[in-house]
Amino acid sequence: MNVKRLGLGLVTAIGLANMVAIEVAIAADEIFMPGLVYRTGPYAPNGIPFANGFKDYVTLINERDGGVNGVKLVYEECETGYNTKVGVECYEKMKSKNPVTIIPNSTGITYQLIPKTAADGIPLLTMGYGRTSAAVGSVFPWVFNFPATYWSQATAVVRFIAGKEGGLDKLKGKKIAHIYHNSAYGKEANPTLEALSKKYGFDLTLLAVDHPGQEQKATWLQIRRKKPDWIFMSGWGVMNQVALKEAAAQGFPMDRFIGNWWSGSENDVAPAAAGANGYIAATFHTPGGNTKLHADIKKHVYGKGLGAGEVDRIGEVLYIRGLFNHVMVVEAVRNAQKKFGVKVPNGEQMRWAYENTNMTAADWERIGLKGFPEMKVSCNDHEGGHPVLFQQWDATAKEWKVISDWIPVMTDLVRPLMEADAAKFAKENNITPKSCG
Amino acid sequence: MEFINLVLIAPILDMAEYPAFFLEVVFGGLMSGVMYSLVALGFVLIFKASGVFNFAQGVFALFAALTLVGLMTGTMPFSLEKILPEFPAWLAIILTFLVMIGLAVAVERLVLRPLVNQDQIIMFMSTIGLAFVLEGLGDTIWGSEVKALDVGIPTGSFNVGEIQVQVFDLWAAGIAAFLVVVLALFFQWTRTGRALRAVADDHQAALSVGIPLKNIWIIVWSVAGLVALVAGIMWGSKSGVQFSLSLIALKALPVLILGGFTSVPGAIIGGLIIGVGEKVAEVYWGPLVNGAIENWFAYVVALIFLLFRPQGLFGEKIIERV
Repeated sequence: MNVKRLGLGLVTAIGLANMVAIEVAIAADEIFMPGLVYRTGPYAPNGIPFANGFKDYVTLINERDGGVNGVKLVYEECETGYNTKVGVECYEKMKSKNPVTIIPNSTGITYQLIPKTAADGIPLLTMGYGRTSAAVGSVFPWVFNFPATYWSQATAVVRFIAGKEGGLDKLKGKKIAHIYHNSAYGKEANPTLEALSKKYGFDLTLLAVDHPGQEQKATWLQIRRKKPDWIFMSGWGVMNQVALKEAAAQGFPMDRFIGNWWSGSENDVAPAAAGANGYIAATFHTPGGNTKLHADIKKHVYGKGLGAGEVDRIGEVLYIRGLFNHVMVVEAVRNAQKKFGVKVPNGEQMRWAYENTNMTAADWERIGLKGFPEMKVSCNDHEGGHPVLFQQWDATAKEWKVISDWIPVMTDLVRPLMEADAAKFAKENNITPKSCG
Repeated sequence: MEFINLVLIAPILDMAEYPAFFLEVVFGGLMSGVMYSLVALGFVLIFKASGVFNFAQGVFALFAALTLVGLMTGTMPFSLEKILPEFPAWLAIILTFLVMIGLAVAVERLVLRPLVNQDQIIMFMSTIGLAFVLEGLGDTIWGSEVKALDVGIPTGSFNVGEIQVQVFDLWAAGIAAFLVVVLALFFQWTRTGRALRAVADDHQAALSVGIPLKNIWIIVWSVAGLVALVAGIMWGSKSGVQFSLSLIALKALPVLILGGFTSVPGAIIGGLIIGVGEKVAEVYWGPLVNGAIENWFAYVVALIFLLFRPQGLFGEKIIERV
């Protein structure tokens, strides 16, 4: 062995030893929470507030509480650009650092990570997106999609419309159009809407819009022709903004235009300005930034100059959704620490914690998000069976206002569809469903 | 038989049965086509004068729109605080055009001049780099949230018989028509315009007769910047100003394939054909395959034309002797 080789070997060995030391340091003393985010690319306007919510909540817990029961949280972002392939690369990069949870932040990435996280024993949290049938915990033990899924949301939307029309029996003969992003995400609600259409006798029109949705004239010409009584939209990014402008220009009544919860942010209504007044969107949490948690974030995060974004945007819908995700991760860490007596829970312990999630009004009061949804997750129900709220845009006040109670979802219709889809997935992938007792 | 009926007969019967709606679809297609033409024009101008396919043209439109909104809302570059005076739309448009001229000078100095006489593919690659730089720069200077843009173009709609006409579309068509007339006059009747065409034909020959190449490039990139500004205003008014605005370049590609890379009238006629073709296809044939066919159908239309006219509708036929 010559000196050069010896030197190279030593450098390599020291490097590897350091890497191992860093891994051990993270595993022993800190809780690693990766963020698969998209601060660049065409969907960045939505990805940025989401990512800021992720980061600010971690900063808050570290600054205000000194971590979770004294254990510091370590947050690291990986930029996906909302690209599925890059998202998978991010996962591969992050998984060796023992993340307590992976939040893929995209339905496309979710589909790719479902088998990978199951094999690696890492919980996958897909709050309000991803594969709906992953709510069946016996087949998807590592995936959690509480507090509600696309299919449940679709039933709540139909129930909301029925409420405005005078009852579910009054839906017969009504026309509902579903304008959807032509992607795995956008298509998720279609089978449920078709089942509801058959059950309640309304006429359903499905209209796909290709990525990114900058041009939608053909779609809105078909709306002109069909003259639907209601429009439901599953859009994302610029597709939402253009749709709202087209609807306003065409004179379609905004209080009969309902977006799903990814079509109901401040970004979506901004370009249409006054034209968007009265637009309705589903949501799975209360809107607005006047909570105790927001006050804490202002004091402990932005007050110390540690904020990820602008303080006047922390009341926005997508920022709150980023917070909500990390609130649930931190609560699961807390529960796992308590149950197993560990500082840094492993994947299996976190999985137990998610499966035993029971968020009560008192819990939300303690966290500072009064009015957030109560939910109870179980071994076989990873959705938590939670109802949906509806909010309406007030263009004058420039804020979302809640206009409904929590609308119950049609579990009796959705759950069998989920179970059938999960069973099909299990058969195709040779998965033996686990027993949930 | 049922298949033939579904694909060939039923859509035609549908058009015949509801002629007013068919006319509305055609009109809507023409209006969309005008918007595509606006984007395609920027490509054509630069290709005509320098033989460069400017991959950054969509980002130019985005950058122009971001600058315009920034000036109109009194946003301080980089810090994003709204502490500067808010300029009225007309003044902000003029100032933005000046910024685009500055950008053209920078592009000529930093990107094009060092690459004179290099292969076209090298020039093309440099514009890809330029696109990424400008996108990042725009994000850093003006922020990446969705911004509403309202320069006062009227919106709303009115009915002509059963056909609904959107006021914004009419304005877009009028502005595009005005721009094309101005550009046509500029290219055909001004000394600079003739010099531009000479440079497009042959750099070396143009230089040998005393045409200053660097000035010509600055002029043509500035004009393309103006077209990008107009496209940015029209598209940004529809969708808000955000980064997906740069993707409007994708809508120009089939127009360029169809109309030719060197023809201003080609960009206009090509845009109109693509606009009408994709809307009619989406409305009448889209439902047969669950919709969303207009994006790829535009390329089908363009490729069918290419089978018969490889140089595009109005492109120059190049004959190279061996």
